[in-house]
Amino acid sequence: MSDFTLQTGADGVAVISWDTPGKSMNIMSLQGLLDLGALIDTALADSDIRGIVITSGKPGSFAGGMDLNVLAEMRSAGNDPAQGLFDGVMRIHTLLRKIERAGMDAQGKGGKPIAAALPGTALGIGLELPLSCHRIFVADDPRARIGLPEIKVGLFPGAGGTTRLIRKLGAMGAAPYLLEGKLCAPKQAKAAGLVDEICADPLAAARSWVLEASEADLVKPWDRRGYKLPGGAPYSAQGFMTFLGANAMVMGKTKGVYPAAKALLSAVYEGALVPFDTALKIEARWFTSVMLNPSSGAMIRTLFQSKQALEKGANRPDAPDSAVQKLGILGAGMMGAGIALVAAQAGIEVVLLDRSAEAAEKGKSYSASYMDKGIARGKATAEDKAALLGRITASGDYAELRGCDLVIEAVFEDPETKATATREAGARIAQEAVFATNTSTLPVSDLARAFDRPQDYIGIHFFSPVEKMALVEIIKGRETGPRAVAKALDFVRQIRKTPIVVNDARFFYANRCIIPYINEGIRMVGEGVAPALIENAAKLVGMPLGPLQLVDETSIELGVKIARATRAAMGEAYPDGAVDAVLFEMADEGRLGRKAGAGFYAYDDKGKRAGLWDGLTAQYPPEAEQPELLDIQHRLLFIQALEAVRALEAGVLEDIREGDVGAILGWGFAPWSGGPFSWLDMLGTPYAAERCDALSDMHGTRFACPALLREMAARGESFYGRFGAARNAA
Amino acid sequence: MSDVYIFDALRTPRGRGRKDGALHEVTALRLSALTLNAIAARNGLDGHAVEDVIWGNATQVGEQGGCLARSAVLASELDERIPGLSINRFCASGLEAVNLAASQIRGGAGHGYIAGGVEMMGRVAMGSDGAAIAVDPSLAMQSYFVPQGIAADIIATEYGITRDDADALAMESQRRAARAWDEGRFARSVIPVPDINGLTILDRDEHMRPETDLQSLGALTPAFREMGEAMPGFDQVALMKYPHLERIAHIHHAGNSSGIVDGAAALLIGDKAFGEAHGLTPRARIRASARIGTDPTIMLTGPVPVTERILRESGMEIGDIDLFEVNEAFSAVVLRFMQAFGVEESRVNVNGGAIAMGHPLGATGAILLGTLLDELERSGKSTGLATLCVASGMGVATIIERV
Repeated sequence: MSDFTLQTGADGVAVISWDTPGKSMNIMSLQGLLDLGALIDTALADSDIRGIVITSGKPGSFAGGMDLNVLAEMRSAGNDPAQGLFDGVMRIHTLLRKIERAGMDAQGKGGKPIAAALPGTALGIGLELPLSCHRIFVADDPRARIGLPEIKVGLFPGAGGTTRLIRKLGAMGAAPYLLEGKLCAPKQAKAAGLVDEICADPLAAARSWVLEASEADLVKPWDRRGYKLPGGAPYSAQGFMTFLGANAMVMGKTKGVYPAAKALLSAVYEGALVPFDTALKIEARWFTSVMLNPSSGAMIRTLFQSKQALEKGANRPDAPDSAVQKLGILGAGMMGAGIALVAAQAGIEVVLLDRSAEAAEKGKSYSASYMDKGIARGKATAEDKAALLGRITASGDYAELRGCDLVIEAVFEDPETKATATREAGARIAQEAVFATNTSTLPVSDLARAFDRPQDYIGIHFFSPVEKMALVEIIKGRETGPRAVAKALDFVRQIRKTPIVVNDARFFYANRCIIPYINEGIRMVGEGVAPALIENAAKLVGMPLGPLQLVDETSIELGVKIARATRAAMGEAYPDGAVDAVLFEMADEGRLGRKAGAGFYAYDDKGKRAGLWDGLTAQYPPEAEQPELLDIQHRLLFIQALEAVRALEAGVLEDIREGDVGAILGWGFAPWSGGPFSWLDMLGTPYAAERCDALSDMHGTRFACPALLREMAARGESFYGRFGAARNAA
Repeated sequence: MSDVYIFDALRTPRGRGRKDGALHEVTALRLSALTLNAIAARNGLDGHAVEDVIWGNATQVGEQGGCLARSAVLASELDERIPGLSINRFCASGLEAVNLAASQIRGGAGHGYIAGGVEMMGRVAMGSDGAAIAVDPSLAMQSYFVPQGIAADIIATEYGITRDDADALAMESQRRAARAWDEGRFARSVIPVPDINGLTILDRDEHMRPETDLQSLGALTPAFREMGEAMPGFDQVALMKYPHLERIAHIHHAGNSSGIVDGAAALLIGDKAFGEAHGLTPRARIRASARIGTDPTIMLTGPVPVTERILRESGMEIGDIDLFEVNEAFSAVVLRFMQAFGVEESRVNVNGGAIAMGHPLGATGAILLGTLLDELERSGKSTGLATLCVASGMGVATIIERV
């Protein structure tokens, strides 16, 4: 059955309805494009048809975007992937341009009106197709999302969305939607000019518009004589400043590491200098170049395909659905309060417990003030707030936990405190309930001893701030059973976050990789590398924060605590004495991080970062001869990536997709790379192993090539070649 | 290869490049033609006397477009058989015109040239001819493009040049320019600009502010801080190219950067035979010329490597140069030059520069060479070097010696 069907009414309006079988939201396939094209041809040729409405058979949405397999199919369509992609994309342009011109002649005469009627959400090609129509009607549903999110997964709108939106809104007006992938509700979309009308019944409204549209209504501004780009073309006085500024802003924001952002800007600039059809061709060429770029491929795989697979339960044990009905949270501190908020947002009933009812109420008030901010921004209503707060019971009494099917312990990071809370709660919950700890540093298997059903005990590690961070790290203790894993995954799905499942080992996965990154930066300070160079090198390779800023944010005090504990645990083998020399000295001087108003950076009275602390270079004078940028960058990335490889080797990680997704969502590992395993694949394992040897010779055995990487290098294997395919099949 | 000489050099006064500037009523065509007429008249050049007119101009659009050099020849009293060539090496166009003319003569393409340039910055706005390097993402991003003011501030940051250093140099430029005018040191070079009826429009540099002191300079707001630190944030781009810097020190402002002005200048260049044919005495020999490309982000450091190059190629040392003209595009450019070579301030820009008198882009190179020659003669010295920093990361230099 085709995704598209055509039905002509007695009024002569043909309704083309899009309804992808078996999907909750429409996605565009190659066959779908062909079918749509055939129906458009039919409708344009049929003299009984006066006009066309394109709509969706799905309630609440028009389309979610393009099936990425389409691009893969185009790539392999011929001998040359570039030719296959370019031709494929040009075929989409031809189809959408046919809709836009709707059979009219060069003078704009004789066309048939074509309107888009969107029942709701329209993303990616789900908006690009409507943009080629003559008028867009959207259902008045504030939950609908309208936009072009391609840039977020390493692409840019390549089905004419870039060229049309620029010509509709100008470079400045289109920037948030193209460069940031901003999505908005129908009301905002209309205000911005993305869509034309909001109405209760978009199909009816589109139908009557089609019947009344004049010939002039069908001609797009860019197909009229004398069309001028809003805000000015690149070589107009105003446009010059816009394009000049856009380059600098995008450079500053992306640090030049995202090929899609660069290609998008080039498509916009070059397209703005030529007529519309030539601009589409240019857009197709740049889009093809992005598709061929390894960074984009890796980003799509990690941030779209793998992320989605993990969210859909790729690694969920086979167990009946166990969505959480009532959640207990022990400890109403920052983490507990945040977990309560996101759970209540997902409609889950929450019991937020602390030592006293007052302490618990304080944790609940976090949700109240969060909702207040939402109300102030017009994103929520007083009713939303009341409903959300109604779902959270704040209490000082463990008895309230009765009926909870999941309890998350988020009390102070101390084994004794945790054990007490666990025993108190364990005695009051049902035998089927699963118990989780939100520890970030303590071994889950040890903590599990305080719970009498270790198979139902698990780690659910949230990142801070809970409501912002997309990743949740689920940690299986030695005895954790599949039922607990399924429960944790179901909970993460309910709160719409992305899970990874790892095994229990020191610092699990995320912290295991990020701590060495921080340490490497601190170590360089001690070596006499200019602190600004360390921080800039990190950002230039795509890390969101330099290591020194990061440790200021997470607190130097915490760093010292972790270092002391690690040293105690490792004894003689402890490798980070050089780091501690700097770290402990900072702590001794009272420079404990951002919260203390002093760290590697200085802070002003309002707590705003005011540049690197100038005492730092006095304490650790930079060497006259500074290392090469690339060497610093390799130290900072390899120190993380090798830890990821060791985690895989040790079985902490069971799936490299989780390693890549977790790295980007958890701590912002150079997103352009697609994650540490994608990055090593991009370098090629033989080169990566070679770099390990060089770095190890120069800087110490922490860079020693892991046996797994050595073996793969010898065989010329890639991580996704060796570990990816089997997993994907599973 | 024959030696090439400078026989004459002259310039118009520089008018403020604004709507109320004195030369704002004069077209680029007319100012160019006036300058050509003046140098032809002063040296008795009749008929097909020179091979070509090479005319520098940085903004070749509108009235400065369409090969202004040819239009200027036709609008002047020069013979129509003299063709005219417009060139653009941005701020060094006027000097490059001289260097090209000298090379043409050495290569045997004629015996005499008029070389110089014009820029009516108040009439044809800087940048109004567009620039792919600024707006085409494929190059702007690859080359870490920032505007010149940001580049000048990078120089200051990279080489430890302070706001106080820059302001002191600016004040000295004003002081020296005022003294030079008071003592009539520009008398030989500056020609008045008359209207079509012979009435004088301007006969003195209009941009100077001799009353400038450190206090008044200190009160000025850095001109490039906003675009660097806020919108659109060029400092971020600068730091990507210079990652060892933590932040850019914004020290430049209207008072320690070159002035925006209107003006033109021309030199008469020729070989021995040309002088003999026209009964002219050479004033100086063009000993060497050089040009170089440098990092386009910091952009304005060209005077240092191009000077190193010209000295090396002509077998000279920095101590062999008596006087320097280093274009005062921005204070930091000159300060960096002096820092790199350890040259005393007393040998650099001794009669002030573009900070005091202004920088008519396409003409400045020719102005510098004329000023240098006048001062060598006045002070009885022999060898001088003129150099300019150039947009997009270039540098040009010329060495002359009196004969």
